[in-house]
Amino acid sequence: MSLRIVVTVKYVPDATGDRHFADDLTVDRDDVDGLLSELDEYAVEQALQISENSDDDVEVTVLTVGPEDAKDALRKALSMGADKAIHVEDDDLHGTDAIGTSLVLAKAVEKAGYDLVVSGMASTDGTMGVVPALLAERLGVPQVTLLSEVSVEGGVVKGRRDGDAATEQLQASLPAVVSVTDQSGEARYPSFKGIMAAKKKPVQSWDLSDLDIDEDEVGLENAYTVVESAAERPARSAGTIVKDEGEGGKQLAEFLAGQKFI
Amino acid sequence: MAEVLVYVDHVDGAVRKPTLELLTLARRVGEPVAVALGAGAGDTAAALAEHGAVKVLTHEAAEYADYLVVPKVDALQAAVAAVSPAAVLVPSSAEGKEIAARLALRLGSGIITDAVDLEAGDEGPVATQSVFAAAFTTKSRVSKGTPVITVKPNSAAVEAAPAAGAVEALSVTFSAAATGTKVTSRTPRESTGRPELTEAAIVVSGGRGVNGAENFAIIEALADSLGAAVGASRAAVDAGWYPHTNQVGQTGKSVSPQLYIASGISGAIQHRAGMQTSKTIVAINKDAEAPIFELVDYGVVGDLFDVVPQLTEEVKSRKG
Ligand SMILES: Cc1cc2nc3c(=O)[nH]c(=O)nc-3n(C[C@H](O)[C@H](O)[C@H](O)COP(=O)(O)OP(=O)(O)OC[C@H]3O[C@@H](n4cnc5c(N)ncnc54)[C@H](O)[C@@H]3O)c2cc1C
Ligand SMILES: Nc1ncnc2c1ncn2[C@@H]1O[C@H](COP(=O)(O)O)[C@@H](O)[C@H]1O
Repeated sequence: MSLRIVVTVKYVPDATGDRHFADDLTVDRDDVDGLLSELDEYAVEQALQISENSDDDVEVTVLTVGPEDAKDALRKALSMGADKAIHVEDDDLHGTDAIGTSLVLAKAVEKAGYDLVVSGMASTDGTMGVVPALLAERLGVPQVTLLSEVSVEGGVVKGRRDGDAATEQLQASLPAVVSVTDQSGEARYPSFKGIMAAKKKPVQSWDLSDLDIDEDEVGLENAYTVVESAAERPARSAGTIVKDEGEGGKQLAEFLAGQKFI
Repeated sequence: MAEVLVYVDHVDGAVRKPTLELLTLARRVGEPVAVALGAGAGDTAAALAEHGAVKVLTHEAAEYADYLVVPKVDALQAAVAAVSPAAVLVPSSAEGKEIAARLALRLGSGIITDAVDLEAGDEGPVATQSVFAAAFTTKSRVSKGTPVITVKPNSAAVEAAPAAGAVEALSVTFSAAATGTKVTSRTPRESTGRPELTEAAIVVSGGRGVNGAENFAIIEALADSLGAAVGASRAAVDAGWYPHTNQVGQTGKSVSPQLYIASGISGAIQHRAGMQTSKTIVAINKDAEAPIFELVDYGVVGDLFDVVPQLTEEVKSRKG
């Protein structure tokens, strides 16, 4: 038996950098250093663990849709231990929204061939957390999402979902789309050996024509949503800061009473 | 006036507060028609009518509890077909976002998630979002299809606006995909007796500075004196001091209370992402340089083990 896992990873602007918008109100990806979304490291980690715990012949492919630099994200995932990588890149993709991105990912996943897709819980820039559900809808396979624990055995994926109101145990037959949370277990650091090995691993590049996607199905012009304006949140006016000299709690209570919280 | 579908989040018929807030926003855009699914759906009608629902479409079936997400998408799709609404509003929970996304795809529509405000516009509803850890505020709208928008808790006030709230049975045919992901067991979260974190008017949070699970008692004591919910930073959660359900931040809950009190929390960007839109922010931290102080309306530089218990005592005595 063999198991083909595709991990979707996104290249995002560093959250600790000065993120902002470009003139066309898309996320500016030029001025801030990019990296593999930290939340997708958890997806790579779980895919590698599924692979390590399996008696089957498992192949882990990492897939990204993004600009030239997004190769860095693939490189990182390969150095963690993924086997190969696919980079979907096309100038017409600029400004594609979640609906469009899910189309590109779905076509790429199908072309690559898969039994299991593993995604992160959300991208750290868009933070929508909807692409895995969209991908499952497009592929017509079960979504087993937001898992803090996941395992695959005998063609069945199981996992634990810690929801708002309850903790649920989920189960579905493969093929399926899974997403994992940052509660699923620390992601490994690439070893020196892993980093060296990654340099020799194959990275395929596909553009829209490779995926039979028309340019009018993606991109900013064809997005399903329009950002009309983006304004920097005004800096909060400087607050009162006091040093505790023994009365700090009382002073704070005074403030809260003044604000009618007490 | 056009109708607006509102997806009802309820527990056995008890409508959760964010849904009532959605009704307030829905009324700005059209006439709210609520969709309540699963066990107790019919019991939601009185509360929904009280807050402006002209109609309540209900459907009860075991599938809603036994399978993940898709049965609810099937039902909402049926409701859209029945009503042809001007927009569909869904509470922005993790599940709500997944339901909304799949619905939007089926409708050929765009989706906006995590709106914090909604207004009527010439070309359809305009949603306000708070992005990049709340460093920017954007206004967006859906440009294709029926707008599907998820809205965060505490984005609007709950308002009484009595309406007919006529209950109608929704007819739903489940898709083949509906039974794809089975829920094999469900363990409801135990109630702490405190307000729901995302819905609370006041949130009291502790971080690494709390330094131990047992010390969270002083955070809880302050919370209880104020009738507040308890939150925690990821550092405190990762250390095992407090449950993950209480984590505030990018990968935890996003809160927007009237008052947020952070104790022993440095204010990392990922934590700020979940609390920066709070109306009033207060911090207690012994490091005067901690970034959290950039956000505060009132900050105390000091040891939380001195300041928090004193504050709790003072609150109690003032409340009598
Ligand atoms: C992808 C990703 C997602 C993340 N998601 C989240 C998230 O959802 N939520 C979140 O919170 N974090 C999140 N983080 C982690 C975040 O980056 C920080 O590491 C975390 O918020 C730090 O928690 P803290 O402020 O409690 O700890 P620290 O940064 O260690 O700060 C502790 C503070 O306590 C103060 N202190 C210590 N002792 C005392 C005392 N006795 N009295 C008063 N003050 C004291 C210190 O001065 C310090 O400022 C995420 C990180 C990543 C990479
Ligand atoms: N451009 C992309 N390329 C590859 N994977 C993506 C991309 N965008 C989103 N994803 C995947 O979908 C998950 C959720 O993203 P989002 O819905 O944008 O928050 C991410 O954690 C990734 O696994």
